[in-house]
Amino acid sequence: MSAIIFQNVRVLDPANNLDAVTNLRVADGVIAEIGALTAHDNEQIIDGKGCALIPGLIDMQVWTGEPGFEHKETLASASLAAARGGVTTMIVMPNTQPVIDDAALVDFISRRARDTAVTRVIPMAAITKGCNSDQLTEFALLREAGAIAFTNGDHSIMNALTMRHAMSYASNFDALVVHHAMDENLFSVGVMNEGELSTRLGLSGIPAAAETVMIDRDLRLVALTGARYHLAQVSSEMSLPAIAEARRNGHRVSCGVSANHLLLNENDVENYRSFAKLNPPLRGESDRLALVNALSLGLIDVVVSAHNPQDADAKRQPFNQAAFGSIGVETLLTSLISLHHAEGIDLLTVLRTVTQRPAEILGLETGTLSIGAPADITLVDLGAPWVISADDLASKSKNAALDDRRVQGRVEACFVAGKPVFTRAAKA
Amino acid sequence: MASNTEISAFPHRHLLGIHGLSQQDIMTLLDKADHYVSLNRQQNKKSDALRGRTQINLFFESSTRTQSSFELAGKRLGADVMNMSVASSAMNKGETLIDTAVTLNAMNPDLIVVRHGDSGAVALLAQKVSCAVLNAGDGAHEHPTQALLDALTIRNRLGRLNGLKVAICGDIAHSRVARSNIALLNIMGSQVNLIGPKTLIPKDVDRLGARVFHSMRQGLAGCDIIMMLRVQHERMSGNLIPSTREYYHLYGLDDEKLSYAKPDALVMHPGPMNRGVEIDSSVADHPTKSLIRDQVEMGVAVRMAALELLAGNLDGASL
Repeated sequence: MSAIIFQNVRVLDPANNLDAVTNLRVADGVIAEIGALTAHDNEQIIDGKGCALIPGLIDMQVWTGEPGFEHKETLASASLAAARGGVTTMIVMPNTQPVIDDAALVDFISRRARDTAVTRVIPMAAITKGCNSDQLTEFALLREAGAIAFTNGDHSIMNALTMRHAMSYASNFDALVVHHAMDENLFSVGVMNEGELSTRLGLSGIPAAAETVMIDRDLRLVALTGARYHLAQVSSEMSLPAIAEARRNGHRVSCGVSANHLLLNENDVENYRSFAKLNPPLRGESDRLALVNALSLGLIDVVVSAHNPQDADAKRQPFNQAAFGSIGVETLLTSLISLHHAEGIDLLTVLRTVTQRPAEILGLETGTLSIGAPADITLVDLGAPWVISADDLASKSKNAALDDRRVQGRVEACFVAGKPVFTRAAKA
Repeated sequence: MASNTEISAFPHRHLLGIHGLSQQDIMTLLDKADHYVSLNRQQNKKSDALRGRTQINLFFESSTRTQSSFELAGKRLGADVMNMSVASSAMNKGETLIDTAVTLNAMNPDLIVVRHGDSGAVALLAQKVSCAVLNAGDGAHEHPTQALLDALTIRNRLGRLNGLKVAICGDIAHSRVARSNIALLNIMGSQVNLIGPKTLIPKDVDRLGARVFHSMRQGLAGCDIIMMLRVQHERMSGNLIPSTREYYHLYGLDDEKLSYAKPDALVMHPGPMNRGVEIDSSVADHPTKSLIRDQVEMGVAVRMAALELLAGNLDGASL
């Protein structure tokens, strides 16, 4: 395989605390060398002047519609969006039709991804059959088939005994349990954050307690079982102290947040804007600021896109009836770079949440530019301003909560195992 | 927006809620409605203000009084009025609200009156049509003509809408009538007390401009007007209220609870009433204190005023 040399580029690698303008050689699909380099014959040279080279992103929460809802998104279409956004590994959720609760289905996802997707795709498998029962799936067989962790996706496990057993059984293998922590009874028929705005709009609110009650329960069960636990998405300031305490007590607890919750707040659903209808819901501005602060302190480990494609018919509905979710895999990186520019959070810190930390939590060898690591890399113009337009995004579905948002940071090229999977066309 | 070059008396294309109206807008509507109150009491109740106009009443939620009130209002103004209820509409066949809007719009109506069970649904529909849209109630959001008819009823009895103390009692959480009335009374300069059990008071509702009470004795003290809200039967069977008996004991308006308010306090109810649940018959039927029948009469007049003012802003309307 021919080699590529990136010259005069700002190399940013959180895992090695590296931030330097230098050169980087990719050979045989891995990071070969960093530093003062001289190009050999027949090496491709890419001038990275003015750009940054970062590890390809690992997006820990992506829904596609394959299998079952291919009109919303396929693994192929999601991967094109991912590549355009600098994401080289998508962790896909099991809430498909059928649900990924059987080893053969894990195998199906892996093979479909290999044959059709341009990025890496790694499935999480369901914790319980159908994501809605109390019967555990075959954790060992699913792991051997390639499931990287266990989650019921956007379904919560309401039965505490089932969750206890899931955690206990998962800890046999030191498998990671990922949970959408939401008490469905308190969630009830809610469609947005509970507060003044929901009252004014006449919409049913979802109290922050719906999340904190479930997190509190889960953390007790973590203490009971010793399981490795990842809170898929936190949305409320009130949820943070319990997570911090569990960490202080030595429990292996990590947590994620969606990029939407770092950039938007509940006011974005004003005028019944259903594109901003998310689960967990967008909370108040003080919650958003608390999440941003927790991210800067490292209390929040991971930022996800929570990419959730929904077709127009599912979204262009009265707010109550509209589906939850927003696409986002293509805008995850630009969201984080914008956050860096707007809130002044250190670049390595924000990038760590989509590279080093998800790799560590999931046990992946990607997410770093260490010598010998797979050459999953993204070349990005950190300063480039643009306006997100859902119609221009590659996803099959156009339900972007960040539609019309002014952002900074644009992916110029993206490589998986040293092979280009996206290169921005030169301006005419 | 008005297509006329002159500034319209009522500068709104739709009537989607009280939120967004000015004090002047409300006065314009009420003054116009007053004119129709007189007309409606004559033998010949017909006007030709909407002659040639087509009005569609599109009701996704069943309604007797609001729908017939709008129908009568349109007919008295000379419009062709068509009623569409959800039972006979394509929405039951899976058509989306937006598709329904586009389909109806192709029939070139001038005014569409919409009631829908979801908050914001009427505004969504209004984005997709080229005619004027009147909100006849959307979810728990707004019911502007109800608040306007309540205002007209109060103004005709007391001569003013400012400086009053108005209690709204009952299921505030699920009530669009409450939200529209809170907005209107705030705009007009009156004070609003909300009274109900904590399970039926929505979060942070005080920030909408109201005081919140959980006891009738405290909430009714000094009130000029008491608006009772209907309690839906389905709330009784859940865990919001234990029983109708308990609700009536705490919040049902009877003569004793009425005595907590000002001696000459007046009682209103948007209907239909649950006698013996939220209101006692002796109060509901009181010859001088109850305004409930006045409200129904004012309803037709207010809707005539709203229809006429919106029609006046349509393209091609004569000045």
